[in-house]
Amino acid sequence: MSKRLPLEGIRVVDITVVWAGPYCTQLLAEWGAEVIRVEPRQRIQPSTRNAEQRATREMVERMHAGGQGGLFAYADLDPGERPWNRHAHFNSHARNKLGMTLDIMTEEGLDVLKRLVAKSDVVVENNVPETIDRAGISYEALCEVNPGIVMLRMPAYGLDGPYRNYRSFGNHMEAMTGHHYLRSYPDGDPSMTGSSFTADAAGGIHGAFAIMMALRQRRRTGEGQMIELAQAENFLPYIGEYILQYTVNGVNPEPRGNEMPPHAPCGAFPCEGDDYWVAIDIWTDGQWEALRACIGEGWAMDERFNSQPGRWESRQELNERIAYWTAGQERYALFHRLQAAGVPAGVLQDEPAAYACPHLAERGFFEELTHPEAGTHRYPGLNVRFTETPNHLRRHPVRLGEDNDYVYRELLGFSEEEIERLVELGHIGEEYPPEAYGRR
Amino acid sequence: MPLAGVRVLDFSRYAAGPFCTRLLAEYGADVVKVEQPGTGDPVRKWQPFANDIEDQEHSLVHLHVNAGKRSVTLNLATAEGQRIARTLAGEADILVESSRPGKMREFGLSYEEIREINPALLYVSISNFGQTGPYRDYESSELIAYAMGGPMHATGHIDREPLKLAGNITQYQAGAVAAYATMAGLWRAEDTGEGDHVDVSLYEAAMGSRDRRTVHLTAYAYTGSPSKRVTDGVSLGSGFRPTADGYIMLAGYGKRLPSLLRLIGREDLLEDPRTATPSSAVDPEYVDEVETSYVTWSASRQKAEALREAQEQHLVGASLNTVADLFTDPHFSERAPWEDVDHPAVGAYRAVGRPFQMSGGARRSGMRAPLLGEHTDEVLHGELGFSREEIAELRSGGVI
Repeated sequence: MSKRLPLEGIRVVDITVVWAGPYCTQLLAEWGAEVIRVEPRQRIQPSTRNAEQRATREMVERMHAGGQGGLFAYADLDPGERPWNRHAHFNSHARNKLGMTLDIMTEEGLDVLKRLVAKSDVVVENNVPETIDRAGISYEALCEVNPGIVMLRMPAYGLDGPYRNYRSFGNHMEAMTGHHYLRSYPDGDPSMTGSSFTADAAGGIHGAFAIMMALRQRRRTGEGQMIELAQAENFLPYIGEYILQYTVNGVNPEPRGNEMPPHAPCGAFPCEGDDYWVAIDIWTDGQWEALRACIGEGWAMDERFNSQPGRWESRQELNERIAYWTAGQERYALFHRLQAAGVPAGVLQDEPAAYACPHLAERGFFEELTHPEAGTHRYPGLNVRFTETPNHLRRHPVRLGEDNDYVYRELLGFSEEEIERLVELGHIGEEYPPEAYGRR
Repeated sequence: MPLAGVRVLDFSRYAAGPFCTRLLAEYGADVVKVEQPGTGDPVRKWQPFANDIEDQEHSLVHLHVNAGKRSVTLNLATAEGQRIARTLAGEADILVESSRPGKMREFGLSYEEIREINPALLYVSISNFGQTGPYRDYESSELIAYAMGGPMHATGHIDREPLKLAGNITQYQAGAVAAYATMAGLWRAEDTGEGDHVDVSLYEAAMGSRDRRTVHLTAYAYTGSPSKRVTDGVSLGSGFRPTADGYIMLAGYGKRLPSLLRLIGREDLLEDPRTATPSSAVDPEYVDEVETSYVTWSASRQKAEALREAQEQHLVGASLNTVADLFTDPHFSERAPWEDVDHPAVGAYRAVGRPFQMSGGARRSGMRAPLLGEHTDEVLHGELGFSREEIAELRSGGVI
């Protein structure tokens, strides 16, 4: 028996790009909101549908064979006729949504958008503020057509200030706020650290949290509101204790890599196989005794290691010895053996390992969806579950313009003449025109 | 405030649950944090400490994640402690806990038991691996949660050990997921009068996050190629480059390459056919020509100046800051997302504020963490009607 999902009846207009915004609206779609994604046909939005360059099947296969497949992650390594519907980057944040095509940067496009907003509850955008200004969109302008609207704006740095129009991905915000520096190797330079994109996840989750608070408030007061989520500021609480080290103690915190003072041993240790690792993290005497018993070698009996301060003092030696001990061991056998003994340990799970995880299988984390153009695949599922309200992935990642009929005809009641005109103007369609697609 | 009038009974400990209830408190909920008498939430012992004073009021993580709450001590191992906890649960809208799965039942505070006395209550459980499944009772930590659930294997340098995230971020992220789920559950509970049991795990919160994890998982399902550690700077125009005072990091690859060429004064290459050919990004001669000009350009500028010029070309990018840089940076100085806090043990200090701002409601700003048990009398006497004598008795009996 399926229960009504909490957000059923809430309609969200989604004019987001790249990662954080689309993740936010997907989190609303998971729990029943009707999310309508609005995308232009006239321009390819960079890094959104990853269709900026015309990739051939040969090019995709070559990039994957060379280990450079990330930006070429088309279903079955085939860009197909409509690559923009087959790309993993977009399809990992587009399920349970509806899609329409419309260029909101034109006069008639803005008019259509306003008709949609008039029938909706929420608008979400994460564009550069000057772009939204140029479109003639503002909270005030949308209030004129729908005074109860809830609008979430999530630019990188905010709606004012010197960096108002700075362009940024999640990894750039993390560099600006200090996170990249803090998580670097203590003995390496920051260019060795690699990207993390944690700020994108933080922006999406907090955005969904904020919208639901605003909807609840609207239910009580009848009034909508505007939420400003500057993604860089939104990330600061995630490094809150580092900021306090500076403001309270006057210490500018240094990179720590995998160190978690006073945890020792603590880190990633190599195992049998190609680039396979196990994490071990010890912070109590009991955990150390359990690990020492598993190791069963004389060096581990050294009484310097009996106390936490002693282990922290000897952390480099401990980590080196443990790496020597783990090398050659099978990662899952070691993980289960350590956990059975009460030692906090985990496998650094790559994607094949995650898909094969028996725990996730029993909890039903991965779920299968069939996409009309990308085929049948298992997707990462819901990040939370409710005991009394079972929930599942319901609809495949939305294709470009897939629900134009529903939105223009059924929802907005456009006449055939109006629709014909919008088709002629290039708004309505399911493909990018050649002049927009294929350029580099 | 958006959550004014919402009552949260918070049994959660460490970082994830308290980060969740901090967010709820920040936007107006009344959060009563229940702690073990004498010792309190173990997070109070976490490093680093304010002014290096290692007591239960000076942990910086505690000061951060427990801000805005009231602290009540209750010994849940006593019958009287459990009775008081159940009374508080009867009047709450939301209960948050992060015990080992099954532990709350030992205290008579399980979801099933609380539902009997308060059917509309939303019961939020945060755990390592979830309330069910073969890993349910396994140990975890920040490092292990990111190793198992997050894309740690693909983070860092290919010739080095993989890297975790800084500090406690994987736990905070799980707390944020719990706050998001709490709002969905509260929406429904207020709609229907029916509560629910929310099951959040560090493991699945990481596995379902768009910090590359869901992207890489989907990419693997599509192509069979697992992700690897890829270090910034390996591709043309992308990653860190040195400046006179640090580093900048621009995304100057693919269709952004012409903007990068204009930025570094190599307009002459705009007409070069190699600029429009994807494979030239790995052509050593072409890469060397562009990169030499790029680094000559970057090394002769301050990082903020280099970034400003790059942004004028609409290039996506950043400079590399330390925490101290945030306090001299013109943008962060102007917007000042900081708040002044006054704490009875620590004194006055500046803390981070506002994840986001809502035009329809104020936040609780300048929030501070409570002293251990600071609000025990206020809640027991003022709200539950215990007499001063009864409270003294509970205290001498070790209940509070």
